Amino acid sequence: MGMPMSIHLRGDDLARPEVEKAVATAYALLARMDEIFSTWSPDSQVSRLRRGELALSDCDPLVHQAARIGGQAEELTSGAFTTLLPDADGMPRFDPAGLVKGWAVDLAGDELRGLPGVSWCINAGGDVRAGRHQHVPPTGEDAMAWRIGIENPYDRSQIARVVPLTDGAVATSGTAARGAHLYDPHTRQAVGRPGSTSVVGPDLLWSDIWATALFVGGATTRAAFAEHPAYEVVDL
Amino acid sequence: MRRIVTWALSTITTLVLLMSYHTSTSSTASTVNASGVTPGSASKGAAPGSVPNSGGSAGTGNGTTGGSSNGSASSADGTTFAGAAVPTRFGNVQVQITVVDKQITAATVLQIPNRDRKDIQINNRAVPILNSATVKAQSADIDMVSGATVTSVAYIQSLQSAIDKANL
Repeated sequence: MGMPMSIHLRGDDLARPEVEKAVATAYALLARMDEIFSTWSPDSQVSRLRRGELALSDCDPLVHQAARIGGQAEELTSGAFTTLLPDADGMPRFDPAGLVKGWAVDLAGDELRGLPGVSWCINAGGDVRAGRHQHVPPTGEDAMAWRIGIENPYDRSQIARVVPLTDGAVATSGTAARGAHLYDPHTRQAVGRPGSTSVVGPDLLWSDIWATALFVGGATTRAAFAEHPAYEVVDL
Repeated sequence: MRRIVTWALSTITTLVLLMSYHTSTSSTASTVNASGVTPGSASKGAAPGSVPNSGGSAGTGNGTTGGSSNGSASSADGTTFAGAAVPTRFGNVQVQITVVDKQITAATVLQIPNRDRKDIQINNRAVPILNSATVKAQSADIDMVSGATVTSVAYIQSLQSAIDKANL
């Protein structure tokens, strides 16, 4: 299953060539990350790594970095987030998809933040990252804030919360939209409980990791999360 | 959306990426990687009639914008505005709104993906919900939704272009 990603910009004179160039670079980066990490494409480095055809040492440095982030995430979330997921045959294999999306979007955003007068927002299948040029004010009329609605998982016709975002991310984990697709490393089961967990934070990589971890995790993970005051959780 | 229209805005649409979901074990997936993305046009101040991305700008990723009717039509029951057809991996999503006295009174779906049974199931459930959400929320207060499905993201994009066109 693929996912649409869209980039949205606000500001004056967006027809500038430098704007188009930055957006093209951001999309190229997303495409490159997908090419390396897609578990759908049998030819991606991660797919080959999973089949044992490629050694980690022969992979792109980004794959090493993903493995490092995955290890760090596992530690910080008290094991509620993992990049070792059961494959079709039930064997656990390296699958960094749970962190790559947020990470790729953050990196794509870095290509946009240098554009003077521009406020940007990237929507990756319902996880959102926004940012702005340093001279765009963070608050007030000229901030060009993005209003992010968090869907009510029990009544999806409703928006439960609205988070104004000028620089930061909102990630939501839950099973309302796609059925049980989140994996609990402790029980080794897919989690099918109702509700959703959203995390609002400075970046999408860690907001997304925490949203996943807090949705499946227990009290220990909650306590670990409390050590990261830059991130806020919204449980629905 | 009102706030958006008052600013110069460029919306650069849809790139389909294939970050897989964890429990997905389907072996039938093929790669769709729309890389040729063209930025939407930008306009300053966005006066009525000069709204950017009125149709057409969505779907530049893979050129499957579809034979959509992008015009508006008036009747005693209001004016309808068709949003741009937004391509997803499963097909196009296109939304039409009906506007009476600057209020959205109805949202209907002109195109949804229905290639296989599961899509139909999902869409039969999701689309009416999204339609009523549009009318309830008027969508003017939110720019993005967190927690939405692939289809609803496309829905919102098409909806936004319809709202842009209606200059609400």
